[in-house]
Amino acid sequence: MSVVKLSGDSSCPVTPHLNSGCGFPAPNAEIFFLEPYATLNIFGMDFVIGKTSILAALVSIIVATFFLAAARPRKMIPGKLQSLGEQAYLFVRDQIAREVIGKDGDRFVPFLGSLFFFVWISNLMGVIPGAQFPIMSSLAFPVALTLMVYLTYMYIGMKTQGPIKFFTSAMFPPGVPKAMYVLLAPLELLQLVVTRPVTQAIRLFANMFAGHLLLTTFTLAAYYLISPSVIGVLGSVTSFGVTVVLTGFEMFIQGLQAFIFTLLTAVYIGGSLHAEH
Amino acid sequence: MSVLAEVTGSIGSIGYGLAAIGPGVGIGIIFGNGVQAIARQPEAYGVIRQNMILGFALTEALALIGFVVPFVFGA
Repeated sequence: MSVVKLSGDSSCPVTPHLNSGCGFPAPNAEIFFLEPYATLNIFGMDFVIGKTSILAALVSIIVATFFLAAARPRKMIPGKLQSLGEQAYLFVRDQIAREVIGKDGDRFVPFLGSLFFFVWISNLMGVIPGAQFPIMSSLAFPVALTLMVYLTYMYIGMKTQGPIKFFTSAMFPPGVPKAMYVLLAPLELLQLVVTRPVTQAIRLFANMFAGHLLLTTFTLAAYYLISPSVIGVLGSVTSFGVTVVLTGFEMFIQGLQAFIFTLLTAVYIGGSLHAEH
Repeated sequence: MSVLAEVTGSIGSIGYGLAAIGPGVGIGIIFGNGVQAIARQPEAYGVIRQNMILGFALTEALALIGFVVPFVFGA
């Protein structure tokens, strides 16, 4: 029995096999930092063009093209494409906007719909062969989307309730003993200004990050374990089976996370529109 | 001050394990009660499911933060 070398050993290939005497190359956070294709220096800032940004541009084009193509020409009797687009629109309107915000949620459907489909297709890139990188596992993308949502509900809240009433209604929820406000008011303010946007971004990011890491681990294991032995064949086949099952599970999570992201956006907008009473 | 005891190795994994206890219990309670509520009042399925997913999302964030923190602050 030869000594097992660590996976970081320079004599080991990047993806070794079981019988090569190299340890299992467990993936870590490094797999999310892809080599950039090009770096542009504009106004002293580095703009990196890599797989992530190209995929993100592709996703926006796909989503925009689909809805533009589905919406024109708009016919009384919809064709296949138009009814698919209508189904997508109705899903966001009935399941998210009207359910959470209420009747006046209709004017937020374009915003919520764009968010939902952009996030969903971006997540879906994690399992589409050839792309296989969930865009939302780069923290910058969830943060940018959350910033948009944050500014939107802050603006709506201050506009409909007035800047002071917006904060006081959140800080002093009715039906609480007066003495409790000493404890509750700072917590509610922190929740409104800091916790909400931070958790909304982290939730989406961490889900995609964890899912991609899990898929990579089992895919690498299936490759690593291939060898002409009983353990090798059994382990490799099992790992591959787990990869297939996890891919299905991951697709479910991707849809769910896009739904949750949009749902929370709707809840926050609804909270800004109607003060708690 | 001299170090009396020290833990080395993958402390991040232990941290994630600890961070997953609370949300694990919480998500169990949320879905357990959600299913019970649906069984008692099937006609309120839409509202219950939506609130169930909302509660799940808020609880799950804790476990996910526990998962990400070792990557961010780890050595």
